[in-house]
Amino acid sequence: MKIVVCIKQVPDVADVRIDPETNTLIREGVPSIINPFDMYAMEEGIRLRERFGGEVIVLTMGPPQAEAALREAISMGIDQAVLVSDRAFAGSDTLATSYTLAMAIGKLGAVDLVLCGKQAIDGDTAQVGPGIAENLNWGFAAYVRKIEDAGDGEITVERLMDDGYDVVRTQLPAVMTVVKEINEPRLPSLKGKMRAKKIEIPVWSSEAIGADPERLGLKGSPTQVWKIFTPEFRRKGELLQGEPREQVDRLVAEIRRMNIV
Amino acid sequence: MDYFLSEEQLMIKELAAQIAREKVLPVRAELDEKEEFPWEIMRVLGEADMFGLYIPEEYGGLGGGILENCLAIEELSRVCIAVSVSFAASGLGAYPILLYGNAEQKQKYLPPVAGGKSLAAFGLTEPNAGSDAGGIQTTAVKDGDSYILNGTKQWITNGGEAEIYSIIAMTDRSRGARGASAFIVEKGAPGFNFGKKEKKMGIRASATRELIFEDCRIPAANLLAREGMGFIVTMKTLDKSRPGIAAQGVGLSQGAIDEAATYAKSRVQFGKPIAAQQAIQHMLADMTTQTEAARALLYAGCKFLDSNPKSISKEAAMVKLFATDTAMKVTTDAVQIMGGYGYMREYPVEKMMRDAKILQIYEGTNQIQRNVIGLELIKEYTGKKEGVAVG
Ligand SMILES: Cc1cc2nc3c(=O)[nH]c(=O)nc-3n(C[C@H](O)[C@H](O)[C@H](O)COP(=O)(O)OP(=O)(O)OC[C@H]3O[C@@H](n4cnc5c(N)ncnc54)[C@H](O)[C@@H]3O)c2cc1C
Ligand SMILES: Cc1cc2nc3c(=O)[nH]c(=O)nc-3n(C[C@H](O)[C@H](O)[C@H](O)COP(=O)(O)OP(=O)(O)OC[C@H]3O[C@@H](n4cnc5c(N)ncnc54)[C@H](O)[C@@H]3O)c2cc1C
Repeated sequence: MKIVVCIKQVPDVADVRIDPETNTLIREGVPSIINPFDMYAMEEGIRLRERFGGEVIVLTMGPPQAEAALREAISMGIDQAVLVSDRAFAGSDTLATSYTLAMAIGKLGAVDLVLCGKQAIDGDTAQVGPGIAENLNWGFAAYVRKIEDAGDGEITVERLMDDGYDVVRTQLPAVMTVVKEINEPRLPSLKGKMRAKKIEIPVWSSEAIGADPERLGLKGSPTQVWKIFTPEFRRKGELLQGEPREQVDRLVAEIRRMNIV
Repeated sequence: MDYFLSEEQLMIKELAAQIAREKVLPVRAELDEKEEFPWEIMRVLGEADMFGLYIPEEYGGLGGGILENCLAIEELSRVCIAVSVSFAASGLGAYPILLYGNAEQKQKYLPPVAGGKSLAAFGLTEPNAGSDAGGIQTTAVKDGDSYILNGTKQWITNGGEAEIYSIIAMTDRSRGARGASAFIVEKGAPGFNFGKKEKKMGIRASATRELIFEDCRIPAANLLAREGMGFIVTMKTLDKSRPGIAAQGVGLSQGAIDEAATYAKSRVQFGKPIAAQQAIQHMLADMTTQTEAARALLYAGCKFLDSNPKSISKEAAMVKLFATDTAMKVTTDAVQIMGGYGYMREYPVEKMMRDAKILQIYEGTNQIQRNVIGLELIKEYTGKKEGVAVG
């Protein structure tokens, strides 16, 4: 199996602040980490390689410093890494990001499976995974918590739902986003770390991936950010008053009204 | 203090520290309480390539030396020496093969140890032979293409958990110490069984068991070196592995200082943190100075040992002696600084002090280390050894 894992370098969540003027994340001086959900995607990629053979390639679109995230991926046991980086990508929204990543994946040849995190802890939209699938016109499953089987051009997975899980079967190639229930990411190994220090990481520009300049970066990003704010946390709850009997009656009526039973 | 370690050595230290922090710290109290062998942590250490640090690359290791191995042991020991001894004892069991194995033996047994797929163990001590290892009674008798082992080894670390055992047994009692030989015995060999797991004061998560040989038949090809080399194999093995016990002492001491210093800053008595009392500061100052001195001696000793000098017994013994006496003192003082809280199981220094004691006992008691150092010293001053300028 040829597996691609898309990873994003994000600011360490404990330190995230938003610039109230520009509505963008303040990234200066904040340490970067690999988006935590992407660690699960990488681990699953490695486990699939262990089960079915093949290779795992990580891909990130980002500035030159995102190379550090790719080296960390190699230290965990990923085979190859590609940095997709170009000034033309600056200011990409999820539409432009998905398009760019899809073009880069296209350049990798006969890919069987693309794994993404459920969402990025900074942008948080959870749109890039499905966006890639849409661009490639491949099958897609979100919130995957288990990969049951893969082979013969098909993959069967469990998709986490609010009230249990779905079993989904789709054709390969496909794109999946994974949740943290899927596995426990491994730590790096010493051999991996030594390999990570030495490995050459190719940098692909917009030209290298043959992208349409109109669909890249700010130009290709129709999203308009109006305001970024922390929503007020409101707990919806009601305290029932009256005698125990009355309370029970009202509770039962409320439950009926809400169609829970 | 900066010891100007190489980039690779720092990498080893960092990864071992990460494993200690993320995988050992959350479970150390529970493993101690339940006396449970840390298999999951052994698996993680194996995946991280830690078991191969001192094993040559051709056998699946990383080709480092004693220093590299000790850096990993030190970081693990900062959090738990029951875990670090289970790790380090695999090295103790593998060193006889690394030092004296022939090509086939190395090819067969070292790769699984380096990859962490199999643990190793070293069996020398018996009920009636501890410090006086020459008194071992386990025998190995050649019978065609086999050796037949009979006897009981006692208190063997990783006993029952390990797959590969380096065993010292007598092949010719009439020759005394020159009649001992070293063998590789695999778990599952016919006639090879284990006693119950010992209940211990400290390092309770580690496994200590009897190895029982009753007409245990092993292939003659499992003899290490030649018949009669058993005690040479033992001495050379202990020379290589004793710094690992020192590394346990240094890491353990550091872990105790971490706890005591943090606590002293927050514990208020007489209206101020106890850290403001000079008596406490002086204790912490001594603990830190002694630990740093032990570390400096350990690293210097390791570098010397890794340069493959002719004789290393004195240096290996000094490193082990100083670092483990330090660990006993530092952990005792850490409990003292923390008062009654330090004596309670809720705080880790209680376990650290219990654990520390073993370091002065195993791989040669600290009395025996002094004997080794003393003997070497006398040899030097009687000019028996070349290159010694006397007077
Ligand atoms: C409101 C808003 C305003 C923004 N404004 C700006 C802006 O002005 N300038 C700017 O530069 N950015 C901006 N961004 C950031 C940018 O649009 C997103 O960070 C980016 O498109 C990825 O979306 P996401 O972070 O929501 O990822 P998600 O869709 O939540 O990520 C899901 C998964 O997709 C994959 N993935 C996501 N991004 C990448 C990547 N770059 N490389 C590889 N894999 C990836 C990962 O596997 C990840 O787990 C903004 C984002 C938002 C939500
Ligand atoms: C938890 C644990 C794990 C162990 N793991 C292993 C293992 O993996 N493999 C293995 O082979 N063994 C192992 N041992 C055995 C260990 O190495 C011995 O306990 C140690 O060598 C001391 O032997 P002893 O306990 O019989 O003490 P003894 O030799 O009976 O000594 C008793 C006391 O007398 C002192 N003494 C003895 N002789 C002298 C002397 N000549 N001069 C001065 N003082 C002397 C000693 O220092 C000690 O204080 C382990 C022991 C323990 C407790």
